[in-house]
Amino acid sequence: MKNNDLILQASNICKSFSTVEVLHNISFEIERGEILGIIGENGAGKSTMMKILAGIHTPTSGDIYFEGEKVLINKPLDAKKIGISIIPQEFNLINDLSVYDNIFLGSELLLSNRLLNKDEMKKRTRSLLSNLQVEISPDEKIENLSAAEKQMVEISKALAFSSKVLIMDEPTSVLTQHEIDILFDNMRKLKESGLTIIYISHKLKEVKAICDRVLVLRDGDFVLESQVDTISPEEMAKSMVGRELSQVFPEKNTPGDEVVFEVRDLSISGLLENISFTLKKGEILGLGGLVGAGRTEVAEAIMGLREVSTGEIFVNGEKISIKQPRDAVEAGLGYLSEDRQGSGIITSFSVAHNMTLVSLKKYSDNFIQWIDKIRETESSERFRKLFNLKTPSLDTALEFLSGGNQQKVSFSKTLDTQPDILIVDEPTRGIDVSAKQEIYQFINSLARKGLSCIIISSEIEELIGMCNRVVVMHEGKIPGILEENSINEEEIMLYATGLK
Amino acid sequence: MVEVTGIIKKISWQRYASFFALVFLFILSSLLSPYFLKPQNIINIMRQISYTGIIALGMTFVIITAGIDLSVGSVVAFTGAVVVLSMNAMLRVIDSEALVLVLGIPIGILVGGAAGAFNGLMITKGRIAPFIVTLGSMSIFRSLSLYIGDAGEIQSHNTLYGKLGMGSFLFIPVPVWVILILAAVLHLVLNNTRFGRYLCAIGSNQKVAMFSAINVDRIKFYTYTLIGMLVGITAILLASRFNAVSTSNMGLTYELDAIAAVIIGGTAMSGGRGTIWGTVFGAVILGIINNMMNMVGVSPYLQGTVKGLVIIIAVYFQKQKQ
Repeated sequence: MKNNDLILQASNICKSFSTVEVLHNISFEIERGEILGIIGENGAGKSTMMKILAGIHTPTSGDIYFEGEKVLINKPLDAKKIGISIIPQEFNLINDLSVYDNIFLGSELLLSNRLLNKDEMKKRTRSLLSNLQVEISPDEKIENLSAAEKQMVEISKALAFSSKVLIMDEPTSVLTQHEIDILFDNMRKLKESGLTIIYISHKLKEVKAICDRVLVLRDGDFVLESQVDTISPEEMAKSMVGRELSQVFPEKNTPGDEVVFEVRDLSISGLLENISFTLKKGEILGLGGLVGAGRTEVAEAIMGLREVSTGEIFVNGEKISIKQPRDAVEAGLGYLSEDRQGSGIITSFSVAHNMTLVSLKKYSDNFIQWIDKIRETESSERFRKLFNLKTPSLDTALEFLSGGNQQKVSFSKTLDTQPDILIVDEPTRGIDVSAKQEIYQFINSLARKGLSCIIISSEIEELIGMCNRVVVMHEGKIPGILEENSINEEEIMLYATGLK
Repeated sequence: MVEVTGIIKKISWQRYASFFALVFLFILSSLLSPYFLKPQNIINIMRQISYTGIIALGMTFVIITAGIDLSVGSVVAFTGAVVVLSMNAMLRVIDSEALVLVLGIPIGILVGGAAGAFNGLMITKGRIAPFIVTLGSMSIFRSLSLYIGDAGEIQSHNTLYGKLGMGSFLFIPVPVWVILILAAVLHLVLNNTRFGRYLCAIGSNQKVAMFSAINVDRIKFYTYTLIGMLVGITAILLASRFNAVSTSNMGLTYELDAIAAVIIGGTAMSGGRGTIWGTVFGAVILGIINNMMNMVGVSPYLQGTVKGLVIIIAVYFQKQKQ
């Protein structure tokens, strides 16, 4: 097994968790300096495979060869020593520490007197960041950074230790198009300098754009290997799900004329400035823009999760006052948060308990707040069928469900209050193609039934495919609202980047 | 079949660990001492644990919200002192001991509840960590009770009050009835009401709870008020047992016993889940350990060491399970 071009080989890797085998005899090879895409649906085993390479999991059987030598990777430090770094999907940064502290965490540079060599660490951080064309001060605290900036810090962290193989798990899920372009430029530069990159993603167009070769995983097996030049995103999708995908986006619904929701002059000092828009009955309104443009802040302000400086909100022409989330829910608003794990679902709660968390009053509308568990279960069962939810039972804790299924539970939770106006923030982030499609179909069918929906999304395709109108935000303002025919990628980007 | 035994191994042990520990201790104790199983001894153990046990029920709720209440011991003394003093004052104008007693009990619950409400307000409106707030109020209420009692004992002049604490109903002492009834009620509250569900939600993930339109502050406020009221009940029962209040000793280190019972009962210190019956078992386990050590003649000075070790071991096993 010696080949000088190969940097990494995995041979017959199997991995079982308790009694379930999630990887079956996986073998693959990676050449030095290539960008290898690994794609597959949620639960296909991509992340598990990568965690084995990074030393987070150990394989049940099988061998790994690095530069021709057999290596044992039993813990993350082993991987780091060999030269394999992973940028996980969920950031692994400490919020209270500065950028340079995080980059050198665990491998701090020391002066001869054993004190921290802060100057050198800052200097190296600065040069790492400027190579990536990011303007972040090394002294900035992580908590003050946007998601995209955190991503760049993660990359710098990996590069700081002369990694030879860099694994990126869904790196673009929190990035906007502009930031993705910068990331790809950087990846190409890194590739030229001899770095090998394993790129895990759901976004097939991106895989097509950046990768040299692609491997498709399905249910723990490799089902396809191909040079990217010779395969289309549609073919990739087909082999991922094992069946033909019909059109991803459903046909748009024509909204009514009646304005059911209006925001007037909403401002939060320093964040939002005079945000005004309307929403018609049955309309799907997109809220686009770059990360940090203030889209989520608009949603949180509407829902009573943020204090506003000025602004009026009208539901069905009537002005309402929203001081806390409960007021918004009672006014018929529902909100699906972008941060599923952080603010959407309780992972230790069961499926049923999550589904009724917002609407619990409905099931316990009596003096002693006694919960009618029979009705609760019935209602949860309805949602389980409606969303084709894959769960062993309604009593299963959410931590045992896949990302796509968790998102369906999160959706059920928001919908169980029967809102007239639904705000969904990045509804398809980090979930696979077929779950995405189900969610699009679902939102569309709700709109047809007269529900009005605001979709906040960083995926321009999603805005174009789903929305009747798109409100584009830039630095806390609305430079433009695009109507039906003028919704296209270019227009959205021009407004989002402040060029128009 | 493999799967079934696997499930039995995983779930049952975790959920019923405190119950198994209790059974084990029970058998061990009955082997170690022939007196252990005598009804009078069992009744004594139950009476002893009921005072801190009642507080531990409330502490279960507090810890489920990922909070803590260190002030309970001091509030016991303070409430006890206020109850005895106000009953004594009422006796000067009201002739009936029974009527004074009936008026005194709600005073105790109110005073305890008010102390808890004070903690709750500081934690929710003041945005101060529960540990800090209740550390402060622990000092405040101990000092206040020392002040109103001149650091000494306050005797009650109501002889009927003394009978309440020593009384029994169907051979079971009054405090034991109280803890059993409260435990049954609070168990239902935790598992079958909206309030109980919200407690777990807040303790699991406060941000999700907030985003789910749950009024987090209000639930927390109620929780601290509730434990205050339970502390008031303990104070009433404890003061009536001696028909007096020792302002310097009453309720001392009760917070430790209450927290220990909760932890041994399997409630996670990180919040989000817990059971009432676990806490009751936890309290009984502590009671049996104390009782056993007395019977086999372990120095009372060393009993704290054993109790401390039991707490640490209980948490160690909790961590291993995760």
